[in-house]
Amino acid sequence: MAMAALRREGRRFASPLISPRPVTAVRSSLISEDETPFGVRSISTQVVRNRMKSVKNIQKITKAMKMVAASKLRAIQVKTENSRGLWQPFTALLGDTPSVDIKKNVIVTISSDKGLCGGINSTSVKISKAIYKLNSGPDKENKYVVLGEKAKAQLIRDSKKDIEVSITELQKHPLNYTQVSVIADDILKNVEFDALRIVFNKFQSVVSFLPTMATILSPEVVERESESGGKLGDLDLYEIEGGDTKGEILQNLTEFQFSCVLFNAILENACSEQGARMSAMDSSSRNAGEMLDRLTLTYNRSLSLSLSLTHTHTHTH
Amino acid sequence: MLRRAVTTTNGLLARHIRARPFSTDLSSAPDADAGFVEAWKKVVPIIEPPKTPLSFMQTRPSTPPSIPSKLTVNFVLPYASELSAKEVDMVIIPATTGNMGVLPGHVATIAELKPGVMSVHEGNEVTKYFISSGFAYIHANSYADVIAVEAVPLDQIDASLVQQGLAEFTQKLSSASTDLEKAEAQIGVDVHSALNFALTG
Repeated sequence: MAMAALRREGRRFASPLISPRPVTAVRSSLISEDETPFGVRSISTQVVRNRMKSVKNIQKITKAMKMVAASKLRAIQVKTENSRGLWQPFTALLGDTPSVDIKKNVIVTISSDKGLCGGINSTSVKISKAIYKLNSGPDKENKYVVLGEKAKAQLIRDSKKDIEVSITELQKHPLNYTQVSVIADDILKNVEFDALRIVFNKFQSVVSFLPTMATILSPEVVERESESGGKLGDLDLYEIEGGDTKGEILQNLTEFQFSCVLFNAILENACSEQGARMSAMDSSSRNAGEMLDRLTLTYNRSLSLSLSLTHTHTHTH
Repeated sequence: MLRRAVTTTNGLLARHIRARPFSTDLSSAPDADAGFVEAWKKVVPIIEPPKTPLSFMQTRPSTPPSIPSKLTVNFVLPYASELSAKEVDMVIIPATTGNMGVLPGHVATIAELKPGVMSVHEGNEVTKYFISSGFAYIHANSYADVIAVEAVPLDQIDASLVQQGLAEFTQKLSSASTDLEKAEAQIGVDVHSALNFALTG
């Protein structure tokens, strides 16, 4: 008993040195780390407790992020699904021409501005790089147009010279068609192309996103292909109303097509981003929960050990 | 030794079976561009080729030998699909060359649209929309696609606001100094006079 009292005294003297926090009476009676021999146990429980606290905070944050992503997803998913009709008439008319042979290829990579959303941005970048490789060759030219901070950060490392335009902060305000057509206009003004390849993640469900590439041909290529009876041979059968020349109408048509396809692509990618973030945050809060369980077990075990140690101490003396 | 022999034959057998597709297997995206997929697999075999828009689209029927009795209309806006594969009798669309009535069996056409009224005739029922601009494609298989940037049902337009806007833009047009201002004011006048005409005429 006397030893214990002495130790307690000694501790009180040393306490400003050992821990900056004042030791409260309540705590020392509940968790008797003050009475453990030479602080070995108490430090380990202290560490575990700090760890538990930080894991608990992380879990709170990831849970909140998941909630935010879920509510954002709900809003944007409606918009995305409503915009899905927009590109279909163009594909019905001009077909789908991923393998068209052209010189100047511009890859429009769509990504998100913020991270913590799984692998959707690196998928976009990987697919874009593969398209670059696919279309490279003598007298061929590839350029990137990058939308979103994340793809920019990845592409700037090894393809800095090929990035023609980069646009970020797309989603500061809710997306609408007017904004996207301004962006489309900006891209069309600043790059020369025979074909634009829009790379994005199409939203399928919260856990599944399909990397997709939409091809938009320049009016000259459309005219060439339809006249030579290539992939767009059917286009020659259509009568064209309005406009002075066929070229003029085709230019309007392809520019409108670009804005419409881009609008849907940006929405799909934004939707995938929220879905991916939601599932990423869900799994990390589950992970944090598991870790917390393990830590609690360790903590309780060492606590009961230290308690039993002090207990035997008090009895032997 | 013996055991290894057994396992290898097993492996061979398994691979052999796997190589043959099941009859229930879905062929992956039958209408996607086969040439593209092949070229892709040659250059980047480790990454799956990306999907292309065609694989997300419902296939359209080919041109029937006789003219069908109904016209199938898709009318899409950036924020909604107003009509989706709806069968109607006739649509009248405001092309830049003048209003165009489209019946089933219409010749394949690409038309640029101007601000005006698009009406959809279905039996005795007529739905009228005011559309800002866009494109219309009429396909040989009696499908019509109308894409507009903005469209509202005609009965939701406020006539007094139209008059007010028309006056405002007419005034702007007369005071415009640069080409850009002039063009913008001209667009405003065009849209408002078309609206006015749609409401009164």
